[in-house]
Amino acid sequence: MLTILLDGVAYGMLLFVLASGLSVTLGLMNFINLAHGAFAMIGGYVTALLMNRAGVPFLATLPAAFLIPAILGVALERTLYRRLYGASPLDQVLFTIGLVLMAMPIAAYLIGDEPQQVHLPAWLSGRIEIHGVGIGVYRLFIIVVCGAIAAALQVFLIKTRFGAQLRAAVDDARVAQGLGINVDRIFAIAFVVGSGLAGLGGALAADVVGGIDPSFPVKFLVTFLIVVTIGGSNGIMGALFGSLLLGVLDVAGKYYAPSIGAFIIYAVMVATLIVRPQGLFAAGDGR
Amino acid sequence: MSASDAPATARLTAHLHRRARWRWPEIVFWLAILALIFALPSRAGIINEALIAGLFALSLDLILGLTGILSLGHAAFLGLGAYSAAILATRGFADPMLGLAFGAGIAALVGLVTAPLLLRGGDLTRLMVTLGVSLMLGELANRNGWLTGGADGLNFSIAPVLALFPIGFTGQRNAALYSFAVLFILVVIARRLACSPFGLALAAIRENRLRAGALGVGASRRIVAIYTVAAAYAGAAGALLAQTTQIVSLDLFDFHRSADVMLMLIIGGAGYLYGGLIGAAAFIVLRDVVSAATPEYWEFWIGLALVILVLAGRERIAAAPRRLIALIAPRAAPRGVA
Repeated sequence: MLTILLDGVAYGMLLFVLASGLSVTLGLMNFINLAHGAFAMIGGYVTALLMNRAGVPFLATLPAAFLIPAILGVALERTLYRRLYGASPLDQVLFTIGLVLMAMPIAAYLIGDEPQQVHLPAWLSGRIEIHGVGIGVYRLFIIVVCGAIAAALQVFLIKTRFGAQLRAAVDDARVAQGLGINVDRIFAIAFVVGSGLAGLGGALAADVVGGIDPSFPVKFLVTFLIVVTIGGSNGIMGALFGSLLLGVLDVAGKYYAPSIGAFIIYAVMVATLIVRPQGLFAAGDGR
Repeated sequence: MSASDAPATARLTAHLHRRARWRWPEIVFWLAILALIFALPSRAGIINEALIAGLFALSLDLILGLTGILSLGHAAFLGLGAYSAAILATRGFADPMLGLAFGAGIAALVGLVTAPLLLRGGDLTRLMVTLGVSLMLGELANRNGWLTGGADGLNFSIAPVLALFPIGFTGQRNAALYSFAVLFILVVIARRLACSPFGLALAAIRENRLRAGALGVGASRRIVAIYTVAAAYAGAAGALLAQTTQIVSLDLFDFHRSADVMLMLIIGGAGYLYGGLIGAAAFIVLRDVVSAATPEYWEFWIGLALVILVLAGRERIAAAPRRLIALIAPRAAPRGVA
């Protein structure tokens, strides 16, 4: 029972790191970035390929799994994404679906269709018992790392000047702009960090989801969107609680009621949208 | 109605009548398809596929083009229609017309039930709700193998249309003609709908929902109504697809179906009913050509086309075929309200 809960928490933490960037872009600019999963896929590939082909140890690949998607993110943001900030949701959806459709064949062409496995080092595999509750070491590792990231993000948002500016811009971009905050720059930075986090999440998730393959962006797109929907699009905490709820529900659902499987999380999402379209954990009203 | 309203009503009626008139490019369009079916019997399969995809895109046009409702889960109704028709056929009711009506009816019913979900929130909420509904239905079909065959899908046979014309692999041309007839009838109905006061009201809702409401054009019931009709159309497309291929699989509920149909509509241009048909034909032919050359990577080119389409300005490109029609036949081009 507790094992399942912890597994769910680990999965939820992972989802949080994967989707937090998406919730910020969505909250900041009302931009619907369906290509978010592509950045996660790239991060996963970076780790898998560095480990399998260059023999780099697991931990040492993680910074690269953050940096490479982040660099790609800044390039795409400056050249393409920013043209669409004011565009209609339909244009944004079409554009980002287009990016996903391009990313998948590119990955298949360069790397191949078969899933790339991440082989965990010995000290991260296996299980340990804490007070009679068994948990995989890697799950624990995920909880610790992702928890640290979430805490760092929260402190960053609350304590720093940049964090305050970001929150102001999320609340009302126009007024923030009027007060002299460079919203454009803030958005670019948030986008880049979000892409990097997605990459890191992809690298950490590779083992849990059974390897990274070219269909990753579409397979997890829906999950990301559900996280954002349940969590609401303003604030890190909403996304965190949304992810945890989803992670626990998904793992518990698959364990206790395998016959309905993924149905539970979709049902929760639709129910959330009916009752609170702005998200379960959102403070204000949605736009 | 006061006397001062009378000229306005008369103008409006005249406007709707003018719009409802059949133009010769339309007639040429339909005759050309018919000629194509007879001229290329070896390609009847792909023509049939394009006709069905066109019907599916037309159904999306009803909600996206006419009403401005964004949906990323339209495959839900395609799958529903297909599975309903298939299940009916496996239960011994092999008449295609019956299956078609049943598929469209079930899809319409689910459309009616889920439409109220679209009335709240913004575009993103609608995207999520429609996507969520289609995923839920896909998952239901996956888990209820006793009814749907699960991951294996269903194989079934179907009786000849009107008990005369066998369809399926041995009767590809009959299948294309069957789809053609259904598509034509449904386009006629859709035209009638778009050129009615109801269609005008939908356009008002699309352009400015708030202002439409202030003018006494309430959005809620109209959106539910058009969504139900669109669901029935998509269900009919699904039923046709199931009957002419005589197989259904879970892939019908897939996300990529919803994305593809949106792409087809965008290629052809949304909002004037023929956009979906033209876009679907272009899409299917393009896919046939590209995937013959690079079978695995054709998605890349679709993605590239989308990105360029958006960056270059979808509106401008979409307006091109209409401008072309306007150039050839000025009176045939659709116009705004006079």
